[in-house]
Amino acid sequence: MAVALIGLLSLPVWVGNTYYINIASQILLWAVLALALNVLVGYAGLVSLGHASLFAMAGYTAALLLDAGYNHGTADLVAIIITLLTAAVFAVLALRATGIGFLMITLAIGQILWGIAYRWASLTHGDNGINVLTRPAPFGISLVGASSFYDVTLGVFLIAVVSMARFVRSPFGASLRGTRDQARRMTALGYNVWLIRFLAILFSGFWASIAGLLFLYHNKSISPQVVALTTSAEALLMVISGGSGTLLGPMVGAALVVIMKNVVSAYIARWNLVLGVIFILIIRCMPEGLVPGSVRLWRVGWQAVRARLNGWAMRPAGERTP
Amino acid sequence: MTALAVTALCKSFGGLRVVINVDLVVEPGERRLIIGPNGAGKTTLFNLITGEIAPDSGAIVLFGRDITRAACRKRAHLGMARTYQIITLFPHDTLLRNVTLALLGLSPLRWNALLDLDRQQHLTERAREALSRVGLETISDRPLAQTSYGERRRVEIAMALAQNPKVLLLDEPFAGLSIDERREVQKLLATIPRTVTVVMIEHNMDVALDLADRITLLHFGEVIVEGTRAQVVADPRTREVYLGA
Repeated sequence: MAVALIGLLSLPVWVGNTYYINIASQILLWAVLALALNVLVGYAGLVSLGHASLFAMAGYTAALLLDAGYNHGTADLVAIIITLLTAAVFAVLALRATGIGFLMITLAIGQILWGIAYRWASLTHGDNGINVLTRPAPFGISLVGASSFYDVTLGVFLIAVVSMARFVRSPFGASLRGTRDQARRMTALGYNVWLIRFLAILFSGFWASIAGLLFLYHNKSISPQVVALTTSAEALLMVISGGSGTLLGPMVGAALVVIMKNVVSAYIARWNLVLGVIFILIIRCMPEGLVPGSVRLWRVGWQAVRARLNGWAMRPAGERTP
Repeated sequence: MTALAVTALCKSFGGLRVVINVDLVVEPGERRLIIGPNGAGKTTLFNLITGEIAPDSGAIVLFGRDITRAACRKRAHLGMARTYQIITLFPHDTLLRNVTLALLGLSPLRWNALLDLDRQQHLTERAREALSRVGLETISDRPLAQTSYGERRRVEIAMALAQNPKVLLLDEPFAGLSIDERREVQKLLATIPRTVTVVMIEHNMDVALDLADRITLLHFGEVIVEGTRAQVVADPRTREVYLGA
């Protein structure tokens, strides 16, 4: 873990190339969104297909306020609050159901917000989206360069990871997983299942908004395609392919998708096809996701090797042939 | 004061009347057995008492407090705990975590998103204590998925006891157990102190008879006979509807 941390911290130095530093920033900001979605998919057992709209809600709100002349601090704070309110509306409407019902309601709300971003041109500039001219300069540090923006993104990403790790181990995290596995039992034990899920959606919405702000500042623009269903589906694929309900899984999934989109697409025009094949392979060989799947295959492989060695050592010396 | 008083409770599912005008008065410390053939409405009655479903009419009073409209989770906080006929546990977790969740349900700590749950010594200790009451302390760190059916039944009971309930509702605690396992659960139930009022459903009358002070016989949603063990066993209506003799 220390090695990974040092690797991430020194990344701009050993990568050097601005293009790849930007890709690393993108992986980290998408990983924050994937981690946020994982709270619901992995720990609450609630599959949302509307997370792109929370992500984009933060980006759009901040972009509109910046466009109207507000400063970065105000714009970002209001963006987070508005996103939390949107998440609350999501929760109140979608928590009337679980399973497919929950998924369909989040999908529907997501599509409504996409429609607004796309069609309400007087507010959102429609298809053109909104450009943001400057990045914020927290504590006077300029984020104009790829490397300094990467550092800030990494910082935010690390805070997200630590907060997730604490959340998962906390009593509230255990309660949330309890509502995933046995909602009925949890109610009989005295838990307020609805409120637990509601708070989990707010927590997830908060980190989705942070990821959305990072996205806005990274691209210096936001457009309706960010709100589209494709983005929600991609975020969900990151979580599922990496391994939902694990901390590392969504990060690996985010890296996989971003690399496929940006790096592989430079060499293969039909990169979507490659991505599809990879997902099918993951689902086929490791239905639990890359991270837990690799751990399982590693264990199975190691046991097979050990059994071999033991079998060999058990045989009388004369029969031992390596 | 009466521990649990149910008055004129009714519940229909569509046109089917499942619980009809049921009255039930259970005194503190009493062991009440509710028997009846399949489909008598026993589990529905339990679901009404614990608040998992709402009654059409009637009232439920717990230690003088009307809880007819109280949410299921509130009733847990008021001292009501139950076990399920169909085992309803957390399959991915260890036995210890299962019982810890039962303890956490009544603790304000359940809203805390910053502390490490594994480090909450007082909870862990109490959970181990509850598991040792049912004789499972040696396998407390085993995942639930690796335990036997009989052990899971005992985990159900440990979770209910861990909540230190005033009224304990046991839904067929002997269902699916071998003869040996039944004896163990019988012994275990006999150790529950009289500070706890116990209401137990049992389909098979013989296994639970020894534990009961009073027996209520339910048939097609109605109370047919109620009385002491001897009275109910001797009553001809019991023989007629229940023993089929």
